[in-house]
Amino acid sequence: MKTMPQKSAMKVAFWPGCVSKGACPELYASTQKIAEALGLDLHELTSAPCTGAGVLSEQNPKLARSLNGLTLAMAERENADLMTICSTCQGVLSQVNHELTHRPELLAETNSVLAENGYEYRGTTKVKHLLWILVEDIGLEKIASLVKRRLTGLKVAPFYGCYILRPEEYLGLKERPERSTYLEQLISLIGAEPVEYHGKSKCCGFPMLTFNRDVSLKMGGKHIVEAKQKGADLLVTPCPLCHLNLDGQQPDAARAMQQPIGVPIFHLPQLLGLAFGYSPEELRLNRHVVGTDGVLAKVELKV
Amino acid sequence: MEWTIRVGRYNPEAQNMAGDVGPPYPPPYEAAPTKVYQTFTVDLPEHAVVLDALIDIREYQDETLVVRCACRSAICGSCAMWINGHANLACKSKLKDFTKDGVTTVESPPSMPVIRDLVCDMNPFWEKMRKVSPWLENKQPVPQGEEYRVPNASMENLIQEVACIACGACLMDCESFAINPDFTGPAALARAYRYADDPRDARSKERLEEYSGPDGIWDCTHCFECVQRCPKGVAPLDQILKLRHMAVDAGFTNNPGTRHADAFAESVRGSGRLNELTLLPKSLGLFNIAAQLKTLPSAFNMLRAGKLPPIIHHKIPGLERIKNIFKRVGGRFQ
Repeated sequence: MKTMPQKSAMKVAFWPGCVSKGACPELYASTQKIAEALGLDLHELTSAPCTGAGVLSEQNPKLARSLNGLTLAMAERENADLMTICSTCQGVLSQVNHELTHRPELLAETNSVLAENGYEYRGTTKVKHLLWILVEDIGLEKIASLVKRRLTGLKVAPFYGCYILRPEEYLGLKERPERSTYLEQLISLIGAEPVEYHGKSKCCGFPMLTFNRDVSLKMGGKHIVEAKQKGADLLVTPCPLCHLNLDGQQPDAARAMQQPIGVPIFHLPQLLGLAFGYSPEELRLNRHVVGTDGVLAKVELKV
Repeated sequence: MEWTIRVGRYNPEAQNMAGDVGPPYPPPYEAAPTKVYQTFTVDLPEHAVVLDALIDIREYQDETLVVRCACRSAICGSCAMWINGHANLACKSKLKDFTKDGVTTVESPPSMPVIRDLVCDMNPFWEKMRKVSPWLENKQPVPQGEEYRVPNASMENLIQEVACIACGACLMDCESFAINPDFTGPAALARAYRYADDPRDARSKERLEEYSGPDGIWDCTHCFECVQRCPKGVAPLDQILKLRHMAVDAGFTNNPGTRHADAFAESVRGSGRLNELTLLPKSLGLFNIAAQLKTLPSAFNMLRAGKLPPIIHHKIPGLERIKNIFKRVGGRFQ
């Protein structure tokens, strides 16, 4: 599915991840919208497999390298950077790419598997989350020029998700420590106020949801409550898995925490899309478990 | 050079706390009942570390400041504390790297009980260490008159953990521990791996069974915080993942963690993608009715918001490639 390329369009190989095609369709839809505005030419890798979300890597690293090596090779064939819209996909692909480009024996082993399937990875693909592409490739200036609706008065708490920040060596944060501030930069850019709180770089609890539900719910709930105490109207996240826990499980988290929460969670492209002038319906802001009406009323919009 | 240090102080007598030891506390951390911030200015060279500043304050400004330290060389593991909201060794953290908006904030980590000022109670840490039986239980007596020999290669995996100095930085910032104080935690589980994978150890299998139980290897949330925090490159999470792998290989598979991995692999092998609709129930165990019922309210909320994944889970084009890869390197997941 391609968007209309605009002048000076930037082509990317697009890996949407399973969740944006499953339980968070609003992420996929809102990404398409802002890509249109930004002139991002999305070449979706429709036949790329799931990254394994770290679950497959821990039980079978060789399998995870082969599956993700295939995706990296597909992007290489497109001759474009690989764009993710999920912190977890970013983390797994970054780790595999680091291994394959730093350890020739692992690249050779992976290529022997890929060769049977008509692919070869030469190690040239760069994996970039949409968040990084926005700041590093498109640039704050261009984004500012697209803002039609400044979200003044809105207090927005960034929530990064673990795998876009850690481990630093795979995610380029050693060379670019400012990557841990991009959400705040974008929040300020669109006229809203970033909320500083401890939980922004911590874990949403999703990986534990099936192992220890109570701990998982309290983990996510703790961070939302902290942000709320610091005045946040909403949280914004670049990770749909964080969204599943923070939004999808929020009523249960409130029960586990024994207090009401009621803080909407936006996907990154939904927040930007709102600033770019798209309607809440176009961004599917009506498809959340925690309603967004209260926040939209603050910026004089109704779903 | 002038540096500004903001120190979280706690004095059980002066602050009228009921007990001697201040309990761990939830966010917002600035509002902790056990904490009063005090700001100091010190004059130190550019290469100075946070511990230099704390010692300078204690020696020349306020002798009541309590700080625990010994070697000053990142060997003894005494001076782990919160610096700007994350656990670090004060002796290894340069002021110039940590000064944020002109200030470096130093305090006892909120996840641990505090004894006084920057000194937290390390008992929870040592209890966890003891719990994993961190000693070798020999398979056979050490041969008379010589060493117990093992191949070099069998030690290579263990070396990373041996670098651990038991400073507790990983536990202080562990997300699972912050919510569940009974979680065995990164340092102790990494140490557990060191013995479970030692070819000389006679109890490897029993260990794996123990560690697979409640509050063990499957209660780690996989957030990489411990990897980031460790000042010695131990990467505790990596060791925990090795334990998970070993436990599954040893047949300890009746747990949500293993079922989750199996259901995950089955979905990717069968369709190329993750099927969220079947993943959760399969991970919990299809006959685990109590756990299944607990997920119903959230499933209903998701359904009402139009957020449940499509009932018909589509296969990706070119699925043959994925099946081939599983056949070739899928191992247990073939």
